Amino acid sequence: MKEISELQFPNDYLYAKDHEWAKPEGDKVRVGISDYAQDQLGDIVFVELPQVGTRRTKGDQFGTVESVKAVSELYMPVGGEVLSVNKTIEESPELVNKQPYESGWMVEIKLSDPGELKGLMNRDAYLGFLKGLKP
Amino acid sequence: MRYLPHTDEEIASMLTVVGAKSLDDLFSAVPPSCRRTGGMTLPEPLNEWDLNRHMAGLSSTVAAAPEYKVYAGAGSYEHYIPQVVPYLLSRSEFVTSYTPYQPEMSQGTLQAIYEYQTLSARLLGLEVSNASMYDGASALAEALLMALRVTRKRRIAVSSLIHPHFRRVVQTYLAPTEYEIVELPYLPDGRTDLSSLRNLKDLAALAVQSPNFFGVIEDLKGAADQAHNQGALLVTTFTEPLAYGIVKSPGSLGADIASGEGQSLGIPQSFGGPGLGIFATRMSHVRNMPGRLVGKTVDAEGRQGFVLTLATREQHIRREKATSNICTNNSLCAVAATMYMACLGASGIRELSQLNHDKAEYLKNRLRSAGCKISFASPTFNEFVVEMPPGFEKKYSRLLAEKIVAGVSLETYYPKLKNHHLFCVTETKSKQDMDLLVKEIVS
Repeated sequence: MKEISELQFPNDYLYAKDHEWAKPEGDKVRVGISDYAQDQLGDIVFVELPQVGTRRTKGDQFGTVESVKAVSELYMPVGGEVLSVNKTIEESPELVNKQPYESGWMVEIKLSDPGELKGLMNRDAYLGFLKGLKP
Repeated sequence: MRYLPHTDEEIASMLTVVGAKSLDDLFSAVPPSCRRTGGMTLPEPLNEWDLNRHMAGLSSTVAAAPEYKVYAGAGSYEHYIPQVVPYLLSRSEFVTSYTPYQPEMSQGTLQAIYEYQTLSARLLGLEVSNASMYDGASALAEALLMALRVTRKRRIAVSSLIHPHFRRVVQTYLAPTEYEIVELPYLPDGRTDLSSLRNLKDLAALAVQSPNFFGVIEDLKGAADQAHNQGALLVTTFTEPLAYGIVKSPGSLGADIASGEGQSLGIPQSFGGPGLGIFATRMSHVRNMPGRLVGKTVDAEGRQGFVLTLATREQHIRREKATSNICTNNSLCAVAATMYMACLGASGIRELSQLNHDKAEYLKNRLRSAGCKISFASPTFNEFVVEMPPGFEKKYSRLLAEKIVAGVSLETYYPKLKNHHLFCVTETKSKQDMDLLVKEIVS
């Protein structure tokens, strides 16, 4: 596993305590897992994604990510309707390890309450949060 | 691994370590209403020869083959077990074959399970089989839970021609959940009536047994089409896997999961257990499959090796989010089935299957010619239902005294089927045996 200083946390992304990221694009929010999350999980072998059109509230489980070490739940950083899922990672789950913020994205959500974005952390807050986790 | 009980001294020293005053103190977290009060009224211990006499006495009260000519199947089948199976199985490496906790240490056990998976998957016409489950009933219940996970729906339709004990186990599994079970009636030809299926909304699975409890071969292709039209999985079950030597496999007819009892494949009847839960499905569903799975791989030096795979979904890692609470398999029975299937081979299984069918057809035709009514017109494998003349119970008892078990009365499970008996004929019955049975029945 890498040191936090070696991990990437882009500035224009928002982060949740469960290590998902959210990137608002108009009224859509794209969601994935952070570089820290993919690094902790190790080689990802399978991602289970939700059905398009289903609705979930903030904190609900929307899928699972399976690495050679463990299976972990994915939680909604914000609530809303699932507009699309990244079919590419179903075939090539290693993209989540390689490009967690780009081709390794997971779902696109139609935001039900834009106010929920305020509950997420920016890059600096998330870095502080991670440093608290890792002495 | 030996099993040795603790001595009083060992118990005392362990209690000291954990800081408990007594065993009662240790178990104080168990509510009093769940604890036994007062001593147990057990008989006095017996010495070895008295115990043997006692056991022999008990066993003499059971009508068992080959002393008795048993025409009862109904989920447990008398098949000849080639001597090579018990001989190989008695090797200590196999007898202690509980799935090991350091699994990769036990390459032989893992390879045996891997072969079992390969043979089971082939017999059922599916892509992947797990390492086995407890018995046919729990395998079916696990299959239905899996269908609920895969489809994310909440209703299942279960044929009333699935073994009644299997249906009870399914009820037990699902009773505490919010899922709904709908039982489908049967048609006059002895097959499941699927006509009400299309009215069932939110259907996760259709469960059908073939050959069914009446011995009748179901139209699995039709059942698969109906289930798939409604976005449901077809879950098939079975009590007599030997049928698939000549009857088309569930996988080839569109079943998404096939789960049933493997006792027929080299496992003695043993008064009803232990059994073998066979469970196979399609690769697309492998991550939702319960139980364990052995895979083949190569090590860093390119040598073949066997590993437990997809263990990340099992309960010792994923706790309450696991695909199942079964984290083990019936290794010894699975290994017996592997030896039995390998010993017969594909052509042997086909021939034995044909022999079972032909012998059962012989008895069916003889009984029909003798004036008995064959209850259901549909094709059967090695079991069929016969409507006996009223008052057959007396004759049944007389035949039992002559060491012949004349089938299983269906009235217990299907109250409308008074005087209907389910007969089973396997390779163990000769023409003379069957001629004698018919003679006794019509006399």
